[in-house]
Amino acid sequence: MRPVYAISGGVSKFAKARPDKTFQAIIKEAYDYAIADIGLDFPTFTRVVDGSVASYFSDHFTRQLMAGIMAQDYLGLCPKPSHRVEGGGATGGLCFQEAWKSVASGHMDVCVAYGFETMSHVETWKGNEFIALASDVSFDYPVGGFYSGYYAMMVTRHMKEFGTTVEQMAHVSVKNHINAFHNPYSQKRHRYTIADVRNAPMVAWPLTRLDICVMSDGAAATIFCSEEGLKKLEAAGAQIPRPLVKVTGIGRGTDMMRMADRPHVDYDYFMENYATELEKSSDDTKAYYKKLWEHGTRYPGVHSFRAGRSAGNMAWKHAGIKDPLHELDFVELHDAYTSSEIQTYEDLGLCRYGEGGTFAESGKAFLPNLDYGLKLKDKPVCAVNPSGGLIACGHPVGATGLMQGVFAIWQLQGTVNKHFGSDQLQVKDAKRGAIHSHAGTGTYVSVSVLEREG
Amino acid sequence: MAKLPTQREETLGGYIVHGVPFPISTDEEGLAFLKKMAPIQIEQEYKIRYLHSYGQDSPWFAALSNKRLLATRDPESGYTTANPRGHDIYSGAETKWIDITDVPAKIHAFTVCYFGSEEFLPETPFVLALVEFEGVDTLLLTRVMGVDPAAPALDWIGMELKPRFLRNSKLKPTDVYFVPKESEE
Repeated sequence: MRPVYAISGGVSKFAKARPDKTFQAIIKEAYDYAIADIGLDFPTFTRVVDGSVASYFSDHFTRQLMAGIMAQDYLGLCPKPSHRVEGGGATGGLCFQEAWKSVASGHMDVCVAYGFETMSHVETWKGNEFIALASDVSFDYPVGGFYSGYYAMMVTRHMKEFGTTVEQMAHVSVKNHINAFHNPYSQKRHRYTIADVRNAPMVAWPLTRLDICVMSDGAAATIFCSEEGLKKLEAAGAQIPRPLVKVTGIGRGTDMMRMADRPHVDYDYFMENYATELEKSSDDTKAYYKKLWEHGTRYPGVHSFRAGRSAGNMAWKHAGIKDPLHELDFVELHDAYTSSEIQTYEDLGLCRYGEGGTFAESGKAFLPNLDYGLKLKDKPVCAVNPSGGLIACGHPVGATGLMQGVFAIWQLQGTVNKHFGSDQLQVKDAKRGAIHSHAGTGTYVSVSVLEREG
Repeated sequence: MAKLPTQREETLGGYIVHGVPFPISTDEEGLAFLKKMAPIQIEQEYKIRYLHSYGQDSPWFAALSNKRLLATRDPESGYTTANPRGHDIYSGAETKWIDITDVPAKIHAFTVCYFGSEEFLPETPFVLALVEFEGVDTLLLTRVMGVDPAAPALDWIGMELKPRFLRNSKLKPTDVYFVPKESEE
């Protein structure tokens, strides 16, 4: 595999509804922004780009099959190669990696990944039904298909086994909403308190409306290139900022479609197959896990995502990361639920399994220069969702993972001020970050590492 | 005092409009005005009737309609799944059917859904649970009745349950649901 650079990106404004444009034209907003950001015009980029990957989750939301080619057509990219990627909530993250593969493999020198979702075409509860069709329609959906319900069941198990509290989950909501307050692309720009989160309408106990992301219309696009692609783009007049942002780690994992079918493995199997390098090297952690297992914990059960752990371990190994908490400056993490952000802290090895709740309220995942109105015990270490994440930015599914990629590029280029009109969310001297995309009840998970060169 | 709603619930429906506003003349000025036009939105129906086959899992549903709950087991390893699987994920071998109707069961995880997908909104609030069975390696998603959806508590986890079956089968996984073990027959 050869080096791949993520050189530019664009995001449309995420909104509850965008009836003003068709999905193709919303994609073009993000696409045009990405092109303009490297100083190229539309015809020149069209000439240089080798192909694309399209990302959208649901044919139901658009009531349109082959929407990918409609975008390719609208963007003037025919007859260049393209394909559509779909993997539930992880669709955007998988698209990011497919575009990386196109370049890393030598198949393309310049590849653009674009994604979208228009979820406003149906009412919210019908939208929930469409999303719930991403659960087994023979066994799970008919019992009461509702993703917030599925995640709430994971939460009750996490609370029971590890003592996680609803207030700890609310810390995630407060953090991400206040981060998003400074992000002009986000759908929700509100300052909430722990009390606001807990007093919001209960959706699926114990998850309230402010523990859950919203449905959105929106699009995002990212441009990737090889060394040769870089030369071609610059020969065509592109102004690509240095230092470059390189994709240095790719990881993916999967798990059973039916959450009930997940295994419950023993301590030895967990340590051998799922523990992080850091966990394996620590006697204290081994003793800690031994104690958890003695109290009945089994892995992954329904409280953890082994797809997330597998994806993380794979990406960390690829990028040469041993201690993600201290070797990453930020993570854009798929926080469809506050609880899933907590579960994912653990999967990614930012803390140990069972300690996600205390990590959430510690302050380690917060930004240092914002006032959250909270008393945080620890200093920030690794910002999680400095953009505001899905909970506040919105979750137009096929665009979400690419949105994370765009925000990560801007963080590493140090250009947040340029794109957001404020440097409040700029992670100071960010050198390395990760993006994490997650589907279903943890069925597909992707983790990608991006790094600033030099 | 409970927070009062300040927004009326929206629906997608609207009036059918005859005669959409449009410039009287398609001269340069009239055509340029079209760039300031608000989008037209129409309703589209999307109704589909599927013929869905349960395939190799059909006996599981047939059992429910006969008030029995089945599971599948790998004949060699004994790995047992509450949701039926025609083939074992570890050996790849064809599984056999076993009857778990009377096997001790308890709540592994649960929630109360106060909202839901459109299809299930009329049934809210309802209790969803993942149930564990003695000697079975995986869980089963089901509904639990006989607990108060207005008073959920973590103590429900571990509650012993027993299955109940619909008298008139619908050939759906909801033909079985669970109630606390001590519930009256």
